[in-house]
Amino acid sequence: MSSASPAATGPLGAVRRIFGGGTGPVFVVLLTLLVVMLLLNPSFFQPASLMAFLRNAAPLIILAAGQYFVIVSGEFDLSVGSLVGAQVVIAAKLIDGDESRTWPVIMLMLGFGLLVGLVNGLVTTLLKVPSFITTLGMMLVLAGAIRLWTGGAPTGALSESFRQWGRMGIEVPVLRQIPYAALIMIVIAVLTVLLMRGPYGRTLVATGDNDVAASFAGAQVWQVRTLAFVLSGLLATVAGILIGGFAGVTAQVGDGMEFTAITAVVLGGVVLGGGRGWIVGAMAGALTYRLLERLLVQLDMPSTLNPTIQGVIIILALAYGSRRLWGRRRRRAAQPITTKPQPSGAE
Amino acid sequence: MRRSNRILIGGLTAIGLTLTACTTDAPTDDAETEVEQEAETDAGTDDGTAEQADDGSDGGTEEGEFFVREEYERQLAQRDMEPEGDPDTPWMQMIDVDEMVDTSEFAVDGPQDLCFSNASVGNPWRVTGWITMQEQVEVLQDEGVIGEFRTADAADDDNQQISDIQSFINDGDCGAIMISPSTTATLTPAVEEACDSGVPVIVFDRGVNTDCAVTFIHPIGGYAYGATGAEFLVDNLEAGDSVLALRILPGVDVLEHRWGAANDIFSDSDLEVVGVEFTEGDAAQIKDIVTQYLQRGDVDGIWMDAGDGAVAGVEAFEDMGMDYPAFVGEDELGFMRKWDETGMDAVGLSYSNFQWRTPVLAAEMIWNGEEVPAEWVLPQSPVTEDDLGEYLEANSEMPDLHYAKFGGEDLPGFPEAWQDR
Repeated sequence: MSSASPAATGPLGAVRRIFGGGTGPVFVVLLTLLVVMLLLNPSFFQPASLMAFLRNAAPLIILAAGQYFVIVSGEFDLSVGSLVGAQVVIAAKLIDGDESRTWPVIMLMLGFGLLVGLVNGLVTTLLKVPSFITTLGMMLVLAGAIRLWTGGAPTGALSESFRQWGRMGIEVPVLRQIPYAALIMIVIAVLTVLLMRGPYGRTLVATGDNDVAASFAGAQVWQVRTLAFVLSGLLATVAGILIGGFAGVTAQVGDGMEFTAITAVVLGGVVLGGGRGWIVGAMAGALTYRLLERLLVQLDMPSTLNPTIQGVIIILALAYGSRRLWGRRRRRAAQPITTKPQPSGAE
Repeated sequence: MRRSNRILIGGLTAIGLTLTACTTDAPTDDAETEVEQEAETDAGTDDGTAEQADDGSDGGTEEGEFFVREEYERQLAQRDMEPEGDPDTPWMQMIDVDEMVDTSEFAVDGPQDLCFSNASVGNPWRVTGWITMQEQVEVLQDEGVIGEFRTADAADDDNQQISDIQSFINDGDCGAIMISPSTTATLTPAVEEACDSGVPVIVFDRGVNTDCAVTFIHPIGGYAYGATGAEFLVDNLEAGDSVLALRILPGVDVLEHRWGAANDIFSDSDLEVVGVEFTEGDAAQIKDIVTQYLQRGDVDGIWMDAGDGAVAGVEAFEDMGMDYPAFVGEDELGFMRKWDETGMDAVGLSYSNFQWRTPVLAAEMIWNGEEVPAEWVLPQSPVTEDDLGEYLEANSEMPDLHYAKFGGEDLPGFPEAWQDR
C-alpha cells in the first residue's frame, strides 16, 4: 500500500522500505524528534501532557487525511484553511450560544463542507479548471463571503455541547483524560485507511499516478477525483468543529491551515502530482509537523519561523520525491504508446 | 539505497543547520538586556551625565528603531495629565496640547463632501471603529454639515491606499480628506501630496512622518498601552513570579512600542519573563502555547500586546485545572465577560476605539474655521476592576468581538448598528 518501491523482503528489504519508499522517512523523523523531545523535556511524555498534544494535533491530522485524498489523486485543495474558518464563524453565528441548536448546526456544517468539496471537485473535473486555481478561488470566495456576512468581526458564540468535542474528553485513570478530539481522529484514521485499502483507494492512487491509464482501465476519473474533494471538504469540516471547540471563535481561525496541511502531507512522503504515498504517512506527517512546532517552542525559537520551516520542508520533500520519480519516468518513456484506445469516463 | 540515505541525511542536516543558524541569529532578551546594560554603563562613565535620570535602574529596552525613550517617557507622563474637555465625551478631549492650528482659511458654508481613506477593516477593533465613524457621519449628514461620504478601503495594501488617496485628490470634490494610514513610511509621500492639494487633511490612528496634516488624532499611544499592562502585573504579582508575554507579530511599530514599554518595565522589576511568543492573534495557537508553558511550570501572569484570543489563553488555565493568572487583556467584550465570570485579577487595556469618531468631528470644526490641535492626543485609560461591571452592563447586548470604549452610546444608531454587523 505504501509507495511502489520494489517488493521488500528480509532485513535489507525493510531498510529499503524505510529509505527508498515515500513513507519511511517520516517515521524516522518522527522517531528522531521524539527522542530529541525526550532528551530536552521528559515531562512531555507525562500522560496529561501527551494527551494535550494529541488534542492539539488531531485537527491537523484530520485535515491532512483529507488533503491526502486530493493530493494523491493528483490535485490540490487550497480551500481547506478558509473552509475551517468559515465553518467556525458560521457555527458561532448560527448557534449563538443556544445549546439546542448544536446538532442541527453541526449537520448543516457537514452539509456545507460536502457542498464546497463537491463544487471544487466538479469545477476541477468537469470544467477542467486546474485545481490549484479552483481551490484558490474557493479560498478567496469563502474568505470574502465570510467577511461580507460578518462585516469582518465574527459574532455569536459556540455552545458548550459544540465546544466539548474540541475541548473536553473522557476521564479515565492513568491517562487522566482522553480528548474526544483524539478519539475522533483515531476513528477517522481507521475509516480512511480502510477506504484506501478498498477498491476506491486503489482507483484513486491509479488516477493520480496516470489518469489516462486509469481511464483506459475503466475508472471514472472525474467521479473518483470529485469524491476526493468531497472527502477533503468533509474532513476539513470535522477539523473545523474540533478547532472551534478547542479555542473558540476568532477572526483568524483557519488562517494558513491549507499550507500546514499540504506541508504535513508532503512531509508524510506523499508526492505532489499524485499517485504515490500512504495515508498513514500523511497523518504521521501532520503529527511530526506539530511535534516539530513543539520542539521549536521548547528550544525558545520564535514561532514566526514556522512559515520558513514549512517552506523548507515542502521544497526538501519535493526534491526528495522528484528524485525518486526520475528513474520511473525514464523507464516509462522507453515504452512509447503506439495505439490510442478511447478512454472511458466523462470528457 | 545509499543515495537515498545520503539525501535524507543531507535534508535532515539542512533542517538542522537552518534551525541552529536561527538559534545563533535571534538575540535573546537576556542578550539584549546585557548589551543595554553595557551601553548605559558606558554612557554613564564617559560623559558623566545621566540622561534620562534612570535613578540607578538596571536594564531596560534598548533604544532603537522601535523604541525611542524620549517618546516613551512622554507617553507615560501624558497618562497622568488631566485631559481638557468634557469627560462625558472623551472623543473630544485633548491631552498635552502643544499648538492650536488656525483653520480660518478652510472655513466654508454648506454641506461638504468628506473623503476617507481607510487602511482596512481587517480586524474587529477596526470594524467597531468603522461603524462608529459611519454613525457619526450620518448625524452630521442629517445636520447638513456633510454632503457625500466617500470612502476607500485599501485592505491593508499600501499601494492601494496610495492610489485611493491620489484619486481623492484628482477628483477634487473632497471638502476634507481623512486618512488612517496602513503603514507609516510608505504612506508619507501620499499624505504630503494630499496636503499640497490644498484640502484639509486629517490623519488618525497610526501616524506618518510629516506634520503637514491639519491635525493628527491618536490616543496616547503604544508605549503607554504596553506600560500600563506591565505595571498592572508588577503591582499584582509578587517578586519572582513568572510572566508569559504573548505578542501578535514582530516588526509592526504600534505593537513593537507596546512590547518595548512592557519589556522596559519588566526588566526593572522582580518578575521573571519566562517566555515571549508570537501568536498571530490566533486563539488556537495562544491556547496551545499557554498550555505548553503550563506543562513546564507555573505561569502567574500573562501580558498580551493586543487582546485578540485572550479568552483562549484564560481557558488554557481552566482546562489544565490551574489557578487563574493575573491577566492583561483588552477592552474586548469577550474577554471582559470571561473576566467577570471568573473573577480573576485582570485589566482591560484600551486603545481608545472612540478615536474613530474624532476625525469626523474635527472636519466639522475645520469647516467652521475653529481651531484644532496640531496633534490631538485623546485620553487612553484601561477598563479596571472598578468600572468593569459598568461597561459590561452598558454593552450587554453587544457581541463578544466588540470594544467597550467604542464611544458611540449617544449616537442614534445605538445599539443596533453595532450589534448587527
